Amino acid sequence: MNLFNFFKPRRSAPVARERLQILLAHERVAGSHSQLVAVLQEEILAVIARHMQIDRDKVKVKLDRGDEINTLEIDIEMPAARAA
Amino acid sequence: MAATILVVTSGKGGVGKTTSTAALGAALASLGKKVVVVDFDVGLRNLDLIMGAERRVVYDLINVTQGDAKLNQALIRDKRLETLHLLPASQTRDKDALTSEGVARVMAELKEMFDWVIADSPAGIERGAQLAMHHADMAVVVTNPEVSSVRDSDRIIGMLDSTTARAKAGERIAKHLLLTRYDPARAARGDMLKTEDVLEILSIPLLGIIPESQDVLRASNIGSPVTLADPTSAPARAYMDAARRLMGEQVEMSVPGEKRGLFGKLFGRKVA
Repeated sequence: MNLFNFFKPRRSAPVARERLQILLAHERVAGSHSQLVAVLQEEILAVIARHMQIDRDKVKVKLDRGDEINTLEIDIEMPAARAA
Repeated sequence: MAATILVVTSGKGGVGKTTSTAALGAALASLGKKVVVVDFDVGLRNLDLIMGAERRVVYDLINVTQGDAKLNQALIRDKRLETLHLLPASQTRDKDALTSEGVARVMAELKEMFDWVIADSPAGIERGAQLAMHHADMAVVVTNPEVSSVRDSDRIIGMLDSTTARAKAGERIAKHLLLTRYDPARAARGDMLKTEDVLEILSIPLLGIIPESQDVLRASNIGSPVTLADPTSAPARAYMDAARRLMGEQVEMSVPGEKRGLFGKLFGRKVA
């Protein structure tokens, strides 16, 4: 450590504070999104089940957070029509 | 008698849940309240050790939930304070042995026997932590002034507001922040999150500030809650003040035993 560094304040707490504020703002939104995903999955399943038999794990709902936009990905695997 | 059920929780491990459970439990008991501290950390019990009762454990929480023992057989009365009791966790059983129905039965019974039921939560956000907080009326969120602890506390606060019985019934659960291992000198220098930083980020009311202290390790070495081991020590006084606040008393917030060097005297600012 040279003399210059000794006198220069090296305050890390404000960095910690700022990182936490940014991180938690994102995570709090993500937390409510994870509930949204669960609700969407249930409702989509219910709609499909009215028309055909489908396994619960064939409906996948995924929410991705991007810098500009968020994407909602819904992947439904339908049973193949059987040859008569 | 209908007890207040208090959960001591944090998400992150090693921040002082068990130390705080023992210290607050002993403090409330010394103020004349009938208290039971309940260890929910199945498989990794430690509250018995911190309370100095590790050689007196015969039956545990799981024995009671499964009907293998009566509650009175499992409860261990403290040798120093007759109104303080411990319900230990099981050390050998699988954590899945704890059922939500079993916990509900035991908590209902304890609620009728004591003034305070204090649940020492396991670390994490899994089932064990959820069971420990489920019946709580009040929560003490133990947090270190450090980024990972604050983040995990934020997560736990979210769970307290969504998964507990009170939350599901549309009621509020009273949440209190207990800031532990706080070093006023480092915070004043700007190298540790300040109390007001943590309060602003987590936005729950402050129950107390427990200073970093050798007295905490010393108390655990001899198997005594820090509030009993040396009641005049800085952490003991801070826990005692926190216990009074839990009882609804107005106690001025300070960091007991705060020692300031020349630097702190010149540049230090008061916290909270």
